[in-house]
Amino acid sequence: MTTTSGTEPGVDPAAESGHRDHPPRVGFFTDTTVCIGCKACEVACKEWNAVPDDGLDLTGMSYDNTVGLGANTWRHVAFIEQRKPLAAQEVDLHHDTDVLAMAEHGSATAPTEAGMTPTAPAADGHGEFRWLMASDVCKHCTHAACLDVCPTGSLFRTEFGTVVVQEDICNGCGYCIPACPYGVIDQRKDDGRAWKCTLCYDRLGDGLEPACAKACPTDSIQFGPLDELRERAQRRVEQLHEAGVGDARLYGADPDDGVGGDGAFFLLLDEPEVYGLPPDPVVTTRDLPRMWRHVASAAATLAAGAAAAFLGARRR
Amino acid sequence: MTTDPDSRPGREAVTGGTTAERGVGARGDGRRRKGRGEQPVVPDTEFTSYYGKPVLNGPVWKTPDVPAYLFLGGLAGGSSLLAAGSQITGRPRLATATKVGALGAISGSVVALVHDLGRPARFLNMLRVFKPTSPMNMGSWLLSVYGPLAGASAASAVTGLLPRAGAAATAGAALTGPGIAAYTAALVSDTAVPAWHDAHRELPYVFVGSGAVAAGGLGLLADPDGDAAPARGFALFGTGLEFAASRLMERRLGMVAEPYESGRSGALFRAGEVLSALGTAGAYAGRRSRVAGVLSGAALLAGSALTKWGVFEAGRVSAADPKYTVVPQRQRLRDRAAHETPST
Amino acid sequence: MGTSFGRGGATTFQQDLANSDCIVIQGSNMAECHPVGFQWVMEAKARGATVIHVDPRFTRTSAVSDVHVPLRAGSDIAFLGGIVNYVLTHERYFRDYVLAYTNAASIVSESFADTEDLDGLFSGFDAEGRVYDVSTWQYQGARVQAASGQRDQHWDERTRDEGVELQEEARGEAHGAGGPEIGAEPETDPTLTHPRCVFQILKRHFARYTPETVEEVCGVPREKFLRVCELLTANSGRERTSAFAYAVGWTQHTVGVQYIRTAAILQLLLGNIGRPGGGILALRGHASIQGSTDIPTLFNLLPGYIPMPHAHDNDNLDNFVRAEAAHKGYWGNMRSYVVSLLKAWWGGAARPDNDFCFDYLPRLTEGHSTYETVLKQMEGVCRGYLLLGENPAVGSADAKAQRMGMANLDWLVVRDFSLIESATFWKDGPEIASGELNTTDIGTEVFFLPAASHTEKDGSFTNTQRLLQWHFQAVEPRGDSRSDLWFAYHLGRIIREKLAGSERDRDRPVLDLTWDYPTKGELAEPEAEAVLAEIGGYDADATPLSTYEQLRSDGSTACGCWIYCGVYADGVNQAARRKPASEQDWVAAEWAWAWPLNRRILYNRASADPDGNPWSRRKAYVWWDAEQGSWTGYDNADFKRTRPPDHVPDPDARGPDAIGGGDAFIMQADGKAWLFAPAGLTDGPLPTHYEPQESPFDNPLYTQQRNPVRQVLRHAYARYQPSGTQPGSAVFPYVTTTYRLTEHHTAGGMSRWQPYLSELQPEMFCEVSPELARERGLEHLGWATIVSARAAIEARVLVTDRMSPLIVQGRTLHQVGLPYHWGPNGVSTGDAANELAGMALDPNVHIQEVKALACDIRPGRRPRGPARIELVRDYQRRAGITDETGTEV
Ligand SMILES: Nc1nc2c(c(=O)[nH]1)N[C@H]1C(S)=C(S)[C@@H](COP(=O)(O)OP(=O)(O)OC[C@H]3O[C@@H](n4cnc5c(=O)[nH]c(N)nc54)[C@H](O)[C@@H]3O)O[C@H]1N2
Ligand SMILES: Nc1nc2c(c(=O)[nH]1)N[C@H]1C(S)=C(S)[C@@H](COP(=O)(O)OP(=O)(O)OC[C@H]3O[C@@H](n4cnc5c(=O)[nH]c(N)nc54)[C@H](O)[C@@H]3O)O[C@H]1N2
Ligand code: SF4
Ligand code: SF4
Ligand code: SF4
Ligand code: SF4
Ligand code: SF4
Ligand SMILES: [Mo]
Repeated sequence: MTTTSGTEPGVDPAAESGHRDHPPRVGFFTDTTVCIGCKACEVACKEWNAVPDDGLDLTGMSYDNTVGLGANTWRHVAFIEQRKPLAAQEVDLHHDTDVLAMAEHGSATAPTEAGMTPTAPAADGHGEFRWLMASDVCKHCTHAACLDVCPTGSLFRTEFGTVVVQEDICNGCGYCIPACPYGVIDQRKDDGRAWKCTLCYDRLGDGLEPACAKACPTDSIQFGPLDELRERAQRRVEQLHEAGVGDARLYGADPDDGVGGDGAFFLLLDEPEVYGLPPDPVVTTRDLPRMWRHVASAAATLAAGAAAAFLGARRR
Repeated sequence: MTTDPDSRPGREAVTGGTTAERGVGARGDGRRRKGRGEQPVVPDTEFTSYYGKPVLNGPVWKTPDVPAYLFLGGLAGGSSLLAAGSQITGRPRLATATKVGALGAISGSVVALVHDLGRPARFLNMLRVFKPTSPMNMGSWLLSVYGPLAGASAASAVTGLLPRAGAAATAGAALTGPGIAAYTAALVSDTAVPAWHDAHRELPYVFVGSGAVAAGGLGLLADPDGDAAPARGFALFGTGLEFAASRLMERRLGMVAEPYESGRSGALFRAGEVLSALGTAGAYAGRRSRVAGVLSGAALLAGSALTKWGVFEAGRVSAADPKYTVVPQRQRLRDRAAHETPST
Repeated sequence: MGTSFGRGGATTFQQDLANSDCIVIQGSNMAECHPVGFQWVMEAKARGATVIHVDPRFTRTSAVSDVHVPLRAGSDIAFLGGIVNYVLTHERYFRDYVLAYTNAASIVSESFADTEDLDGLFSGFDAEGRVYDVSTWQYQGARVQAASGQRDQHWDERTRDEGVELQEEARGEAHGAGGPEIGAEPETDPTLTHPRCVFQILKRHFARYTPETVEEVCGVPREKFLRVCELLTANSGRERTSAFAYAVGWTQHTVGVQYIRTAAILQLLLGNIGRPGGGILALRGHASIQGSTDIPTLFNLLPGYIPMPHAHDNDNLDNFVRAEAAHKGYWGNMRSYVVSLLKAWWGGAARPDNDFCFDYLPRLTEGHSTYETVLKQMEGVCRGYLLLGENPAVGSADAKAQRMGMANLDWLVVRDFSLIESATFWKDGPEIASGELNTTDIGTEVFFLPAASHTEKDGSFTNTQRLLQWHFQAVEPRGDSRSDLWFAYHLGRIIREKLAGSERDRDRPVLDLTWDYPTKGELAEPEAEAVLAEIGGYDADATPLSTYEQLRSDGSTACGCWIYCGVYADGVNQAARRKPASEQDWVAAEWAWAWPLNRRILYNRASADPDGNPWSRRKAYVWWDAEQGSWTGYDNADFKRTRPPDHVPDPDARGPDAIGGGDAFIMQADGKAWLFAPAGLTDGPLPTHYEPQESPFDNPLYTQQRNPVRQVLRHAYARYQPSGTQPGSAVFPYVTTTYRLTEHHTAGGMSRWQPYLSELQPEMFCEVSPELARERGLEHLGWATIVSARAAIEARVLVTDRMSPLIVQGRTLHQVGLPYHWGPNGVSTGDAANELAGMALDPNVHIQEVKALACDIRPGRRPRGPARIELVRDYQRRAGITDETGTEV
């Protein structure tokens, strides 16, 4: 199967990949404002997909001891401690301040210093504090770099518009790994192959919702047809803004973004990078035509250079 | 008991997020916020991340396998050009040496690739599809065309058998060889790794330049005095091209160029440049000395290898530090916002 | 809750939280410990409710709350008392509700003296015996029995016989369901102005809990405190309701029961009980911990909160019922409940002529709580021990005492999934490492029996909202694993076989038991449903009963637990009902079955006004339908269905018949919810702030430092710390509290062996503020040693802004957070926090104080081997600790 994904926004990735009469594209809307950091999603994913445990290591990164998405962590819950007011507690407080500079103290610091870093102290020393939690997952990009670059066709686009690795075809070339602009897919050290969230392809086939969404007690992870999710998310953001939570923003919901919109998108309360997400990801293959042009012209230059070397040698 | 689902008490309450003040009416003024419109202005040096952890999963390719693969591809491609030129201009010893060199290089590169993959059969998986969006896939096809041509060319030259077929193979290898030398730039650029992706314009030229340097070095090493002039010229061309392309690249990359300029990766990359320059200079200065020729050739080969290794390491470094991912993207957003604001 | 309202269960159900306008979570970390139920808090929030979290630490619950109030661990009575005072002085109480449904107007006996008069003590205190004579707390001219709590308190007066003096530890052992009783109707003053009416007593009692006091005691700035007062009162009343949720952050104190009492008083004043979106949600712990108090694993209760009889003279069924039952309300039918229970247990052998085998029941002569049992083990009195699903070597306070007790047994049976610390302490426990115990010297024979998990057996869970949910076996138990039911049944069967033919009287209770449960399958697993059917009750024709109103005292009915009566109505396992939420209304009455009688909100008669109309349209729940002549609404009325609101009972009526049309609290002896508890509690009719057993502070309110009747157990290793300004107290300058993490479960038997859970929280740690870290030189991710008078433990350090220093009594106080899940066995390991805790208990329910301790913290790992003990001894010396320290009244 040859799969390529287009680069125009608003495409139907399943149809692009040759699925006819396919079901609607599905995905996740993860509303981090209601996440309670229970990690049920992480555990449910591992249980359902028999993903190995990732080793026991106290990281000092707040309550996050699995660090990030990887071959053995397909759902990952981030924890960010910040000296910023609880949402809406002090409605107007932090909108004119430099959120990035503030957030830096809570999260950009290395784990070893994370707790100790003296932060810009609030007047009364304490109280201005919030704890963000967010469950991250493969974005199932409309234009998925991992899929584009995969040389074996192991990564493919399903009829649901999701992106899945076929373990029996993956040759462990590792190409998809640096290609993913979100740092999602990763190589499992023992077998060298690439692993990531399948959006529970096996469950979708049986009409079940993905294990992580099923386990989420607060509906922070919402699963469904992408169109509906995008509408719902839009409404939710508006509500939050109305309620004074000006920080609320959608991430990955825009079909015009660099990856053509994510199949799994998020409602965040801070800049994406605070959560370890790239602020403006672009599918690398968007620039591939230009790359090929430069490769061709460089090759020609090389040939020309060789010709010149012989011409020069003859002249001398 | 009634079973009217709409009969829940209190259902008229407005759905909202964190609404401490609702219902009390005392404090919340419900002032509208525009969300995205109010992006804070970020000072250039400020950046944030998740505990300093990388945003990307960096390349998992092994060293020296993959740097060697990049180097050997350049060497092979450049050598095939030298071979063809030598054949046309009647330099049989240089031709044979570069043909054999090309074959050796390409065989080495396949070995490096297979070692990285783990098993030979895994290479074949790549030929089950034809996929222009995957430089690795295209590279595999290219390799499977070029490899046999380079092999036939070398075999014919060494054995003296089937000279016409050998000539055709030599021509074919010279046609595809530049592709082999250049495509690896697309291979690394077609990733999210900042130091690679953002360099996708210049990297092909750096790579072919480096390939020319290597092939030139091989020519110098292999061939006795006199016949090596094209190799010298090729090395000079390569060094110049690589140098020019690198400068351009570093200028355009801005902070993302740091890994090419400093640290271990920067040192490797610089060492590659210096060795290439030294090798080229030595080749010209010691034109009549066999020893100087051998030394220069070795320097050129090493220079090319170090350049590729430097590029490889720079990619790793840029993926491992989130600032190379976040800052340029932030800048991009800011630039875009600056462009958009007046028009709306 | 039992003494205040009549039943020892959550007054509401979690789904109903969605209807709240304001939810106060205090004494619980609900998001982390009850994540599934927490969805309803999030739902309420989505509908506009305000969520307030009052907790010493900033937790995952705080993270999604609107307001987080950090307070000093162990100071909640002052905080809540402050709100009570605010409500009273600012006249923010719901007067109509208070008048109609609480005992605010009742007049208290002249002999009652308050803590305000006696500097922290109530009248009736006997310093020698460390008990209260509670008779002075009664109403004027009436004597009431508690629906729950210490109902044996009045045995003598009630039976008018000389009773056996009760030992101190066994004072009143009943809790859970029900209110005390009144001999006659108490005098009342509906104007609430009589100086001895409950309302006025309340006002005087709480007057000193000003915002300034709250700030001084709790370390909560008064603005923040007043904000909570405003939010709570603005969201309570006719149109709005607020709910409280608590768990063991309130109960695990030496005054734990009184914490809950304070919340009960507050919620009653605000009119939030029995109404949708209101109530007090007791968040219960283990999957069926509510079930294990309903059908108790407690030594002092029989099923359905019937008190376990004490040893008395003239001890017979009549006297028992006379002493413990109530004249009015549903406890008036206690005899029917007891007789039906005896019939369920002894069937044909239980006859009217032998008091239905009432004599077969054991009698209490003293306390047998888990901690008292450990003392008996150390003394060599208790010689055998069955641990079925418990890991005391890690999970119980003073873990060393637990192990020392077990090391002194003849035999120990541990039924569990993994080789928990309680099963291996004899070879690798901390005392082996320190040299205090030697494996070869331990005579205990330990039997480890693998247990089947809930997926491997049928059965029911009674969850936090009194809901019985049936689970079906999915797979056969592996290997030698067997269910606990299998174990209990076959153990009983074998014992009965061994005793068969015995002529001895003492064997009769065992031999006469109805022990005829059918079994199934290759493993001869008893039919769990047959047990449920017995619990649900049946009549003489073996027809299942549908309500406890059908129970009779003549022996014609049998029922294993009267409050569960009806769970097998119509021969159907009501607990197994699973009609999806989408196919019924939000109360979801057809999902499983809640006791009593499938009522989801208790005391819901109070959701209507005295005339039977909803207090407001918005908060309508149950109301009187005059046309139908019955109560109707969304839930089963917690009231006699056909009794009209204007019903005036016959003055001679007793039991349920004596309940008037406006007596919404049908379990209570006066039909009223108790702001003031004239009976049922050992430590006072009103809550009073006392300092924890060990505290760096003096009690700023009274000279009386601690709960005067708390239990402080003593044994060879028990040492307690000086408090407040006592010399040596400064050696333990910090307050520590212990708690749970979402990622682990209690003493770890079900989580520390699971790699998926262990990787999420891989190691024991402590949480400290950056300020404390600086003060003590602690490094993030480094090690710290935490020391109490009992032990020294080590933990990795997490420095976090989530811990905030507080200003208490003008001094900066640092608190140390300690999860208590770890022990030395399993995949993820660490020292057990319970090494630090001592055996200081709440006097009503014998719960250990593990939520507020004083400690020291220092950088680095703890010493190994005997040096660990030496370090602790050094601390004891420096603090001048003797075996008397801390045990004073
Ligand atoms: N994931 C998970 N869930 C569980 C359990 C588990 O082990 N793991 N255990 C189950 C069991 S058995 C139980 S009993 C419940 C317990 O549920 P919770 O009571 O919610 O659990 P804890 O974490 O013990 O304590 C709750 C909170 O009380 C706070 N606290 C400590 N001292 C005080 C105080 O003096 N005043 C106030 N206001 N707060 C204080 C602590 O900081 C802590 O955040 O959880 C049940 N659910
Ligand atoms: N410091 C401190 N101490 C505390 C607390 C605190 O907050 N702080 N909380 C207290 C509270 S609320 C509680 S509930 C206790 C809990 O303390 P424990 O009850 O001692 O601890 P658990 O780990 O829950 O022990 C239950 C055991 O039962 C096993 N088990 C599970 N299911 C079954 C079954 O079906 N059959 C059998 N036979 N075994 C089974 C599990 O594997 C586990 O080992 O800890 C108390 N101790
Ligand atoms: S997020 Fe990464 S791994 Fe997932 S589909 Fe997009 S590119 Fe692929
Ligand atoms: S590692 Fe596997 S999935 Fe990833 S690009 Fe290579 S073959 Fe495809
Ligand atoms: S969708 Fe399935 S595979 Fe993906 S994170 Fe959720 S549970 Fe894991
Ligand atoms: S997303 Fe849901 S399941 Fe995952 S941590 Fe958050 S609340 Fe828990
Ligand atoms: S572990 Fe069980 S009882 Fe606890 S929240 Fe999850 S489902 Fe509920
Ligand atoms: Mo518990």
